[in-house]
Amino acid sequence: MRVRTLVTLAVLLLVSVTTYMTVGARGNWEFLLSFRGTKLAAIVLIAISVSTSTVLFQTVARNRILTPSIMGFDALYVLMFTLGVFFMGAHSFLTIAPVTQYFVSLLLMVGVALALFGTLLLQAREDIMRMMLTGVILAAFFRSLTSLITRIIDPNEFGYIQVASFARFNQIDADLLSISAVLCGVCLLIAWRIRHRLDVLALGREAAINLGENPRRGVIEVLILVAVLVSVSTAFVGPIAFLGLLVVSIAHRVWPTASHGVLLPVAAAVSIITLVGGQAILERVLHSAVPLIVIVDFLGGILFLYLILMRSHR
Amino acid sequence: MRFFLGALVVLCLLSVTSLLVGVAELGGDDALNLLLISRLPRLFAILICGFSLAICGSIMQMLVRNRFVEPMTVGTGQGAAVGILLVTVFFAAAPLMLKMLVASVTALVASLVFLAIVNRLPPTQPYTVALVGLVYGGILAAGVTFFAYQVDLLQYIDVWINGEFSGVLQGRYELLWVAAIVCALSYLVADQFSIVGMGRTATINLGLSYRQVMIFGLAMISLVSALTVITVGMIPFVGLIVPNIVSRFCGDNLRKTLPIIGCVGAVTVLAADLLGRIVRYPFEVPASTVLGVLGAALFIWLLYKPAIHAR
Repeated sequence: MRVRTLVTLAVLLLVSVTTYMTVGARGNWEFLLSFRGTKLAAIVLIAISVSTSTVLFQTVARNRILTPSIMGFDALYVLMFTLGVFFMGAHSFLTIAPVTQYFVSLLLMVGVALALFGTLLLQAREDIMRMMLTGVILAAFFRSLTSLITRIIDPNEFGYIQVASFARFNQIDADLLSISAVLCGVCLLIAWRIRHRLDVLALGREAAINLGENPRRGVIEVLILVAVLVSVSTAFVGPIAFLGLLVVSIAHRVWPTASHGVLLPVAAAVSIITLVGGQAILERVLHSAVPLIVIVDFLGGILFLYLILMRSHR
Repeated sequence: MRFFLGALVVLCLLSVTSLLVGVAELGGDDALNLLLISRLPRLFAILICGFSLAICGSIMQMLVRNRFVEPMTVGTGQGAAVGILLVTVFFAAAPLMLKMLVASVTALVASLVFLAIVNRLPPTQPYTVALVGLVYGGILAAGVTFFAYQVDLLQYIDVWINGEFSGVLQGRYELLWVAAIVCALSYLVADQFSIVGMGRTATINLGLSYRQVMIFGLAMISLVSALTVITVGMIPFVGLIVPNIVSRFCGDNLRKTLPIIGCVGAVTVLAADLLGRIVRYPFEVPASTVLGVLGAALFIWLLYKPAIHAR
């Protein structure tokens, strides 16, 4: 059995969380626990949503190199937020509650993601490399379009966007945190309930049909889940390019299995350990101001290159 | 030929428009000064950038034997940025020439590494080469950002990453003429690049030193990329889109097509810059942003459009 792996993961999880919460603590514990607790909750939420969305996406794309962020999902979310400001004007868009802003962007994103990636995944099976290239270019396209729109927007309104997104970076919006937690929880629950159907979908189109599963419906359902999960993490920290790829690859290495009942929790655990543990080491031990995301993305990028090179040699 | 003439006519029309578009009125006593100090240098910088980046893109596509690569996205431009950053951090007082030299060398090293990676890939997978190039360029850019963050130069590097022409004035762009001359000279050896595009064996069979042409081509591309990045910043996708479109209509004989490619490249960058100046007048949108949107859209079209055979 996998008792040793399980124990190791549990211990690492516990150690990273305690290190994050306690090391370097001075002063009022009540304040400290609630302050760090909120940040911890946000990081855990991000970690789980990134790992789960990546696993789900890799299952329907039947490819372990693709991730939602490589295909441009988070760039799409940022674009939708910017479009919201562009069309509604900064005043009216920013005076509505952040929760409403969030839902407007999310709704737009789900629509576009389904139209775009749904067709891409359903028709372009024969050439995975072309599909990946399309995704990378689409992500670049969304990013350029976002920066084009931010330039076209009235400079004053642009100021509003910057202030709004900056404030959210420093302090976690409690409303947004709770609503994201609920959304994320619902998605995780659905993902957990359809885990056996995911196992079947991972077998491929023909096998899935043979086993009584409708692959088209499966892809659409999974894409909606992915879009919601990505929007949760992007709303907090902005685009994270390669975190999902990194943690899910590690999860596959730690516990090689095709069963989503195992893969989903293991990937989530690895993701939490990476983010919380990494943040704890960076902030509390090394006292470095470099954002963890920058390091994770750098490592993940190199891993991505390695995986592509390995794949093309097979 | 008709294609070339058409491009030339459009180029002339756009150039005149470019001289007339701007915040200051061109009617007053200072009209001549305005033209000489701001409008003409800007026009020249744009034309040279478009011309030389398109030519470099087509030469790089020949050298790598892949239609989906260009210096500004597969690491050469990012390599130049690495060099500029290094010089700025370690010898802040270095003269411009030294900066340019270091940037060219790092750009060359970055392209050589890219080539080494590509050589390990099977030639049957054109999309993989492009994908690897994009990710490689992205990793280099991330490295630059990371390093710049450490030494507090994040704002500074933005100038090189997002190419734009609003800062071009008389006395600030003249280095670009070197790029123009280098690209014009490349016409003399254009046929050698076409031959290298047929592969290593064919090249050696035809009596050319494959290695020599390769190194010469890469050195030229690196120099031009470094010059562009230093003077105006990175301008993406011109080198990719333009050679592809021209080769659809005019084929791949570089001796014949290089002038057309250069001309269409100049038209493209000029149009993007004009669009950026008009769309939010009197403010400006950087040409690189406009090209990023148009270029990415055209790239996807190129990926899915079936090939037309050249006439």
